Amino acid sequence: MKYLLVAAASLVFAALPFVLKNNYLLSILIVIGIYTLVVEGLGVLMGYAGQVSFGQAAFFGIGGYTVAILTTRFHCETVPALLAAMVLPALTAAVIGKPTLKLREHYLALATLAFGLLVHVFFNEGRELTGGPSGLTGIPYLNAGGFIFNRDYEFYYLVWSLVLLVFLGVRNLDRSRIGRSLRAIRDSEVAAEANGINCSSLKLQAFVFSALLAGLGGGIYAYYVTFISPAPFGFNMSIQFVLMAVIGGLGTVWGPVLGTGLVVVLGEVLRWFIPLILPRAGGEYQIIFFGIILVLAMIFKPEGLGAGWRRKVRANETETAEAVSLNASVNTCSSGR
Amino acid sequence: MHLDDQILQFFFSGLTLGSIYALIALALVTTYNITGILNMAQGEFVALGALTACSLSAAGLPLAAAFILSILITTAAGGILERAAINPVRNASNITLIIITIGISITLRGLALLIWGTDPYSLPSFTRGGPLQVLGAAVNSQSIWIFGLLAVTVSGLFAFMERTYWGKAVRACVINRMAARLMGINPHILSFAAFAASGALGAAAGIFITPITLATYDMGFTLGLKGFVAAIIGGINNVGGAIIGGLLLGVLEIFGAGLISSGLKDAVALIVLIAVLLIRPEGIIGAVSGRKV
Repeated sequence: MKYLLVAAASLVFAALPFVLKNNYLLSILIVIGIYTLVVEGLGVLMGYAGQVSFGQAAFFGIGGYTVAILTTRFHCETVPALLAAMVLPALTAAVIGKPTLKLREHYLALATLAFGLLVHVFFNEGRELTGGPSGLTGIPYLNAGGFIFNRDYEFYYLVWSLVLLVFLGVRNLDRSRIGRSLRAIRDSEVAAEANGINCSSLKLQAFVFSALLAGLGGGIYAYYVTFISPAPFGFNMSIQFVLMAVIGGLGTVWGPVLGTGLVVVLGEVLRWFIPLILPRAGGEYQIIFFGIILVLAMIFKPEGLGAGWRRKVRANETETAEAVSLNASVNTCSSGR
Repeated sequence: MHLDDQILQFFFSGLTLGSIYALIALALVTTYNITGILNMAQGEFVALGALTACSLSAAGLPLAAAFILSILITTAAGGILERAAINPVRNASNITLIIITIGISITLRGLALLIWGTDPYSLPSFTRGGPLQVLGAAVNSQSIWIFGLLAVTVSGLFAFMERTYWGKAVRACVINRMAARLMGINPHILSFAAFAASGALGAAAGIFITPITLATYDMGFTLGLKGFVAAIIGGINNVGGAIIGGLLLGVLEIFGAGLISSGLKDAVALIVLIAVLLIRPEGIIGAVSGRKV
């Protein structure tokens, strides 16, 4: 049944470009796909490892700038540049994550917040390398063994194939020993540690994985728009990534795609709608709505919109899960201050 | 001016800025100790207090009345936000609470943009009179007010913690929340009070710095971040550390900006934060904080 559903969804996605003759809608779907790559990684970090990163846009940006700098300044081939766009953010994440994830408090949140701001300053100020506020132009199209991705529908297939791959990867992770260990860490680090799970190492792996996917998303983004500037990689974008992950449902495979779709569509709607009610307001006001939605979502539906569906599918697992989380909360109480 | 005089001048400017950071860090650390929440919206209380005071003062209220009223408004805002957004989810995980305070912060910043726009607002200095000459350096009269605010706040906080029943309750809650609760101390009231007090402290810091730096809708983001850096330098749950951390950060920033490059001023805090987190995340002051797994 579930495989049928996945197959049906894939078919619908595969058929969409034939139905949509509208380039605007197609470009929105591509953007949703690119963001989904980032949010799937963030979802693993938040939903499975129980940590949050407020600097995901920085990894996204490092990926984009790696591609832009390697291809335009060093005339590097496009596929190796894309690989570098994944490796560099992953290495950076390892450096930041290693000391901060050893600690139990949420130092990673602060470190990534500061890191994100610092990287954004660097994008703006490192003119020799990044081109400063006006950015870098003339990024070539992605050339994979002679096949050049220079049309929207080609990009659409590329992005959503990658999303499908990441989907399958995360789904397998969910059911593997690592996935179970990560969930155990999220519920109670003390209990997980007592059961022989190396918490800091696994959290670090989840963080590095999230940075890798953000870098991939950024690299693809650079090849798609062929132009890059610091503007889309600021703190607001990091918040939007967190919002996407939270709205869709943490700890689910489908949550990120749902949340990303909702936030991107909402952003587009707000862009049209806000000037109608507030004539003097610019686009920056949409962040108010995102802020309010974020707070309301965390208060009333912290498990996200995707969770209800998941609960039905996994009804038989619920009882055990409840017993485990009860156990875990007992552990947290006794270990807390 | 000789370099010696200039260094002294930088030092006093740094202490002025650092006192503000220390006040913000004080609010952050107190909230954290009582509730376990890193309040990312702390900086927004600073901006809210400063901007409200500017508007009230521009509307013709005498300075003192504008200050008191704006501190009261911000205190109420802090308390209301705690009841509306923090208290309903008090049993949620830390990550949820951090995200909520971030959400509150961007919402407040957006609302401030809507109400006050992007223009900077100013307040007159509290007292007239030229700068004081101290060892060859000129110290702004507003700086003296800021040092005074820090001194009064710290001694007031100390007296409250040591001398009153509620201060004891807070200390008990800091040591062990569960045990404090079993002794009949209501942590929800303390949490409410912590956010209200954070609002008051933030507003006071914002109002006192405005005559020097002007007030804008987005001043809270940077100031809140600096407060965090100060708190982290001192070890996130260490009140004394937060004050020293704030002063240290202020001095470092002014020296970085004055001796190296003025574009570096905000980057100094970010670099210090990352460096402290990477090298000594438990804070450079005080050895026993930051529990390891």
